Amino acid sequence: MRKILIGAALAAVALATPAYANLSVFACEPEWGALASEIGGDKVSVYTATTGAQDPHQIQARPSLIAKARSADITVCDGAELEIGWLPMILQQSGNSRIAAGQPGAFEASRYVRLLEQPTRLDRAEGDIHAAGNPHIQTDPRMMLPVAKALAGRFAELDGANAQFYAGREANFEKRWNAALAKWTAEAAPLRGVNIAVQHHAWIYLENWLGLHEVVPLEPKPGVPPSSGYLAEVLQKLQATPAKFVIRAAYEDDRPSSFVSEHAGIPAVVLPFTVGGTDQAKDLFGLYQDTVNRLLAGLKK
Amino acid sequence: MKFIARSLCTFTLLYFMAAPVFADEAADLAVIRAQLNTLQHEYSSKIRSLEARLAKAEDEAKAAREAAAEAGKSATAAQATAQSATLTAEASTTALQQAIAEAPPPPPAPPASNNAFNPGIAAVLNGFYVASSRDTQNTHLRGFATGDEAGLPLRGFSLGESEVSLAANIDPSLMGFLDFSIKDDNSLSLEEAYIQTKDLPGGFTLKAGRFLSGTGYLNERHAHDWSFSDAPLPYRAFLNSQYGDDGLQVRWLAPTDQFLEFGAEIFRGDAYPAAGAAHTGQGTVTAFVHTGNDINDSSSYLAALSYLHSRADNRDTSGHFFTGNDDLGILSFVYKWAPAGNPTVRNLTLSSELFYGHEGGFYDGTAFSQNRFGWYAQGVYQFMPQWSFGLRYADLGTSNPGPALSGSLLDDLGHAPRAATALLEYDTSEFGRLRLQYTHDESDLKPNDTLMFQYTVIYGPHGAHRY
Repeated sequence: MRKILIGAALAAVALATPAYANLSVFACEPEWGALASEIGGDKVSVYTATTGAQDPHQIQARPSLIAKARSADITVCDGAELEIGWLPMILQQSGNSRIAAGQPGAFEASRYVRLLEQPTRLDRAEGDIHAAGNPHIQTDPRMMLPVAKALAGRFAELDGANAQFYAGREANFEKRWNAALAKWTAEAAPLRGVNIAVQHHAWIYLENWLGLHEVVPLEPKPGVPPSSGYLAEVLQKLQATPAKFVIRAAYEDDRPSSFVSEHAGIPAVVLPFTVGGTDQAKDLFGLYQDTVNRLLAGLKK
Repeated sequence: MKFIARSLCTFTLLYFMAAPVFADEAADLAVIRAQLNTLQHEYSSKIRSLEARLAKAEDEAKAAREAAAEAGKSATAAQATAQSATLTAEASTTALQQAIAEAPPPPPAPPASNNAFNPGIAAVLNGFYVASSRDTQNTHLRGFATGDEAGLPLRGFSLGESEVSLAANIDPSLMGFLDFSIKDDNSLSLEEAYIQTKDLPGGFTLKAGRFLSGTGYLNERHAHDWSFSDAPLPYRAFLNSQYGDDGLQVRWLAPTDQFLEFGAEIFRGDAYPAAGAAHTGQGTVTAFVHTGNDINDSSSYLAALSYLHSRADNRDTSGHFFTGNDDLGILSFVYKWAPAGNPTVRNLTLSSELFYGHEGGFYDGTAFSQNRFGWYAQGVYQFMPQWSFGLRYADLGTSNPGPALSGSLLDDLGHAPRAATALLEYDTSEFGRLRLQYTHDESDLKPNDTLMFQYTVIYGPHGAHRY
């Protein structure tokens, strides 16, 4: 037994030798992992804790995540309580004070934009609400600009030697992003004013960007799964105010939107929601291009 | 006919509304211009295009106003133009608001109240209804002299334990946690009261105070965090359901991609299986190693090996006294599965722990030496959101304590305790839970069938759960 333990300890030390990269980034969601790579290039090594197939609200605090957080220099997360069900446990068990809340190594994207849907009533009877506002800011690509700027600043703060490098990559990203934004916005023009239904209250920023009009959500309260009675109400609302299509994130259970799609006779549109959510959403640019493409395709159905 | 009449009404109405709209519009335009000035430096390029659109809107509004001034004859046209002017102006306003939305928000105002530093307070409420073929308070785990917390909830309605916890950071280096529970008989007990370090270098964490030992898998999880309504048989028999005591813990997390954690503890030795704070109040020592990782996108595991040594000085178990040493080793394995790592809709947790121990010393003054073992295996499957189903099997065994103790509690009378449990759970949310649990228990000489209905709710800022 003792021999095995000593062997394990030796193996641990051997594995501990860090791979070369100035900053080790623990990204909570794929979109922030992708942004960290855009800004950090080869000066950072990015580990993304979740995939596009996972619900970022509900992640198990798995041993692998704790092990990765142990050696991270910075966490790049959404914030606004999106990760409250799992990240605090990982931070606590990792014992890594560099990434503790409030440290320069704890970066929260939602702090750099104006959050919408700030609740006026903080009460769990209202469902899964977030005190700071709706955290799903990545559904609007314009949000990437202030976040990219802030992230470059934070990388520079932690790794001063490469401050120029990060600023340069950020400027380059901003240029390419603005061009892409103009393209997507132009392409998405037919979507302005279109009525839609949504499965989870996760699309307010997308609606804001493209001028989509949300008729009804398929959940009675944020994060509360719909009962069949509630879905009947939804169908009634959709009869009074027809929607063009119903959208859901790739990670979500397809049953509520399939049910409504079938009974209201409108297409269900699956959006990537984050990088890796669909095969086409390979990187940040692919994410929004695919989102616009899928919405436009929904319009034609 | 009806349509024409309605249209006429609408036009007339809109015509009369048009005049005040123009006045408001003029005021709005002034406000927009003021906003433009302040934002000009940051958004000069954007502003230029917006200004162009504004100017156009103004022209159109002016044209509309003039058209309206000509009155009656072309009310329809004026209304249409005014509407389009309003729309354009609105579009400009929206564009501006979007421009503002992109600006970083002002720093949030600090909370002014003097209770802003209050700790996070969470409460756990519990309730049981138990129907059982035999009195749950009068059954023994054959072969084991168990502690006072090893039993099942009372027959009929009861509360079990209601818990209140207070957690907060004390300063940048320390956090504090206090948890007390109120039992059925209104007695208050301090379950945990510890401080823990936050910023030790090198992956070390220290914990001091009263806390639940990191031994085994279930032990350091609070009862409301267990998958079943009661602890499995080995925990009840070996650890009085849960071992917590006053002491010191050190943990070290290895800097590897494979989760690898080592821990050691030293305790006062006042809680079962220890007693009497032997060795001048350092009666229990433990050591454990945890390791785990992802197997693939959908599944992950955690394995643990733990050792607990405790000394008992006159341990009182229902009027019988034990003095001696207790050694216990626990091998734990937990496996979790969720499709693509997304547990929202379906997920499965399998876990199993193997207990092997030895107790030796004097039981009611009689020398003895006894080997003890136990194990359980359980699985809980969430088959759709909010609903899960579970099964558990547990088994215990002891060696013969010798002829002098035959017929005592340590003698299993040829009957090894075992129990099989089935569970159906409905979660109202992640904070509320209803459980129906059925157990066929053969831990005493005569089997006991127990049906347990339990609710558990958590309110307040309840922290994230362990794996």
